Amino acid sequence: MADIKKLVSMLKELDDLLTGCMRCGMCQAQCPIFAETGREADVTRGKLAILSGLADEMLKDPQAVNDHLQRCLLCGTCEANCPSGVKVTDIFFRARAILSGYLGLPPSQRLVFRRLLTNPKLMNALIAFGSKFQGLLAKEADGVIGTSCARFNAPLIADRHFKRLAARSLHAQVPGLDTPAGKSGLRVAFFPGCLTDKVFPEIGLAVLKILKHHGVGVFLPSNQACCGIPALSSGETGAFTSLVRQNLDLFTQGSWDYLITPCATCTATIAELWPKYYGDHLDTIRVQDLASKTMDVSQFLADILKVGPAKGIGEPSKVAYHDPCHLRNTLKITDQPRTIIAASGKYATAELPGGPSCCGSGGSFNIKQYKLSETIGRKKAESIAATKATIAATSCPACMLQLADMLSKTGHSIRVKHVVELYAESLDREQPLEKSR
Amino acid sequence: MGESLKKEFEATVGADNVMTEPTELFSYSYDSAVLDKSQPDIVVRPEHSEALGKVVKLCNDNGLKLTVRGAGTNLSGGTIPHPGGVVCLTTALNRILEVNEEDLYAVVQPGVVTAKFAAHVASKGLLYPPDPGSQAVSTLGGNVAENAGGLRALKYGVTKDYVMGVDFFDVNGELIRSGGKTVKCVTGYNLAGLMIASEGTLGVFEKLILKLVPPPASYKSMMAVFNDVMDASRTVAAIIAGQIVPATLELMDNFTIRTVENFRKAGLPVDAAAMLLIEVDGHPAQVEDDAARVEAICKHNKAETVRVAKDDAERNAVWQARRDALPALARVRPTTVLEDATVPRSKIPAMMQALDRIAKKYDLTIGTFGHAGDGNLHPTILTDKRDQDEWRRVEAAIDAIFDEALALGGTLSGEHGIGLAKSNYLKNEYGAGTIAYSRKMKSVLDPKGILNPGKLLGPVLG
Repeated sequence: MADIKKLVSMLKELDDLLTGCMRCGMCQAQCPIFAETGREADVTRGKLAILSGLADEMLKDPQAVNDHLQRCLLCGTCEANCPSGVKVTDIFFRARAILSGYLGLPPSQRLVFRRLLTNPKLMNALIAFGSKFQGLLAKEADGVIGTSCARFNAPLIADRHFKRLAARSLHAQVPGLDTPAGKSGLRVAFFPGCLTDKVFPEIGLAVLKILKHHGVGVFLPSNQACCGIPALSSGETGAFTSLVRQNLDLFTQGSWDYLITPCATCTATIAELWPKYYGDHLDTIRVQDLASKTMDVSQFLADILKVGPAKGIGEPSKVAYHDPCHLRNTLKITDQPRTIIAASGKYATAELPGGPSCCGSGGSFNIKQYKLSETIGRKKAESIAATKATIAATSCPACMLQLADMLSKTGHSIRVKHVVELYAESLDREQPLEKSR
Repeated sequence: MGESLKKEFEATVGADNVMTEPTELFSYSYDSAVLDKSQPDIVVRPEHSEALGKVVKLCNDNGLKLTVRGAGTNLSGGTIPHPGGVVCLTTALNRILEVNEEDLYAVVQPGVVTAKFAAHVASKGLLYPPDPGSQAVSTLGGNVAENAGGLRALKYGVTKDYVMGVDFFDVNGELIRSGGKTVKCVTGYNLAGLMIASEGTLGVFEKLILKLVPPPASYKSMMAVFNDVMDASRTVAAIIAGQIVPATLELMDNFTIRTVENFRKAGLPVDAAAMLLIEVDGHPAQVEDDAARVEAICKHNKAETVRVAKDDAERNAVWQARRDALPALARVRPTTVLEDATVPRSKIPAMMQALDRIAKKYDLTIGTFGHAGDGNLHPTILTDKRDQDEWRRVEAAIDAIFDEALALGGTLSGEHGIGLAKSNYLKNEYGAGTIAYSRKMKSVLDPKGILNPGKLLGPVLG
């Protein structure tokens, strides 16, 4: 184990960021975890204080501090509402990197980040293998939502109601694309993200269908790597940089106007975190250029292609929309997904009672702190059910997994969809009209 | 803390609700005040009032110093625990027990969050007026213990004006009942009154009975811009002297205006020396009349412009500017010291002059905004506590601000409380006799001195 003095000196680099917190405690009104536990160490103010305590050597147990830091969804709601403008997520990413460098990650996690995640071909092969045999381990939980649960006692799965790996991943169905711009005159690079690729290929197909409909050329390189957020939030900055570099090398091979993703987390990571935490300081131009052209798919459709609300036939069905934190807090995107729902002509957004809030997924938080994640998620499921909507829609596949688990478990058979799926569905209806013109 | 005592606490509140791990204890060593940290030995979180009473008794039986804590938003150190003592959280005692729409009162547990309570009664068409700046997180127990104020205090008063009863545990864990649900109640000592602003030094709240009022039928907001901060200050005094009582009458100085504009880009008049934000409310005819008179008084006192909000969007823009004051100022420097010395309303012009003088003398940046209408200004010193030389000047400036407020017939604290931060100044306002009387009272009610020691009355009694 490294020298604690070194840890302290590294933490001192966070000092300027940490002193910005005036300890007003307003983060208590925002934090989904504090809402459950009511404990100061679980809210941002407490975590920042604990970090200062470690930096000032008033606390001597880095492992305990790290354990508290892990109890955070990184949803960014506190940061978006902080009176003093404290860069909370920045502090947490840096602190996690420092602490995991000092403490070392568990070997199993290190293996995943360094050997598996950074090797997309190997990862894809393993997952394709897994998808063939998952039926042996899982049985159906809710037919409408499409969830399964464990057939036998499996600690990692616990009592989750999970979406199975897709029988055929997106990259198996569409290995790569490089099509010219159509009537829109635009070409986009498409970054589906791991969950779209491996669990929800239908989202990727919906995006491609929409792009085709609007005459947008697509650059979809094969062997895309993960966006890197799981590595970064676990403090594995080396693996993060390797993933970013792989993707930069792939995407800068093509020429395109915007990079779009259907995943709120991937969009926020590429647009905000790649330029900030990419470790190769000689390669800043490529990463900044790519980040500045990155967009959420609904943002591209609404703001660039000017897709607007469509006149529908009959009474629209209610769709409960869940704002993913990475869109709402990090990128301030809340209108565009609603516009895309309305563009379907068949659906109308039903707002959740109590306003937007985190679903409790938080990526690896869901794995490490499942009990807390579930408590928060069950409330979200109840608020969706209260809208009496028949569909729950969102813009993030990670949120979709959580919503599916929670709706299934709470006995609400409400289908979970990505907003682009709803819009893509409406294009089938429009097609004959266009032909008849 | 011995293992057997810890076991007793666990038996009382449940093992999940007892914290002794050092990192967790550290997170209860501070509140919102700019003061040194001090750690408890144990933190407990009772989930029902019976357990709360037992916790108090357990502390007294064992001579453990007890600090009750809600959201920990205290600005005077009232919730910083005694080193090695017990912190008792009220965050799980957060039930609204009754909202009585016929008799206009509510009964709540102390851990209910203020804004949640206000929203709940608003959904029933009623108003709970106290609105401290921290209301989104602060708890009603803390509001009563500190007698919290807010933006509406000028017309509607502060927390004490809405407390009808307080049931509390004495140090022996006996439940003491005071006040009640009737508008009139003169039974016995006014113990509820004694509990208000007692800062956790006399008892532990079990239940609060709070008065509700009908919301105003109509309101009008306006923004008056001045070229001279003294004209704005004189306007405040003139409105009050004119016997108009707006719901809110807030002042922002030039530094605050520029900082807010820089933060929000809302089109505020950055060249203005000062701004007054005024809202009158009540019966529509009265509102029209009051608004016209306020406008006339503003103009008479050389207001450059007076803009009346035409709709809710414009009204909200006015109040957003005020709400942004603290967040905007807080971003300028790492440490933000928010003071709340208060003067009689007629002395606002003199206090504004004094603050200007103090900022120059100690070479400090002070942004001033606040509830000018009730005499409660918030001179906000922007500093960096790590700069030792500057911090010494900040401490000297705070002394000077208190001296000035008292010399003008004012008070040390309008709404933040005395806590640890101002206990040394208390004798300057009330004299040694008052402190001796208060200490005598406390020594009888709390002979072992376990209840929030060091707060309000200064160093712990021997």
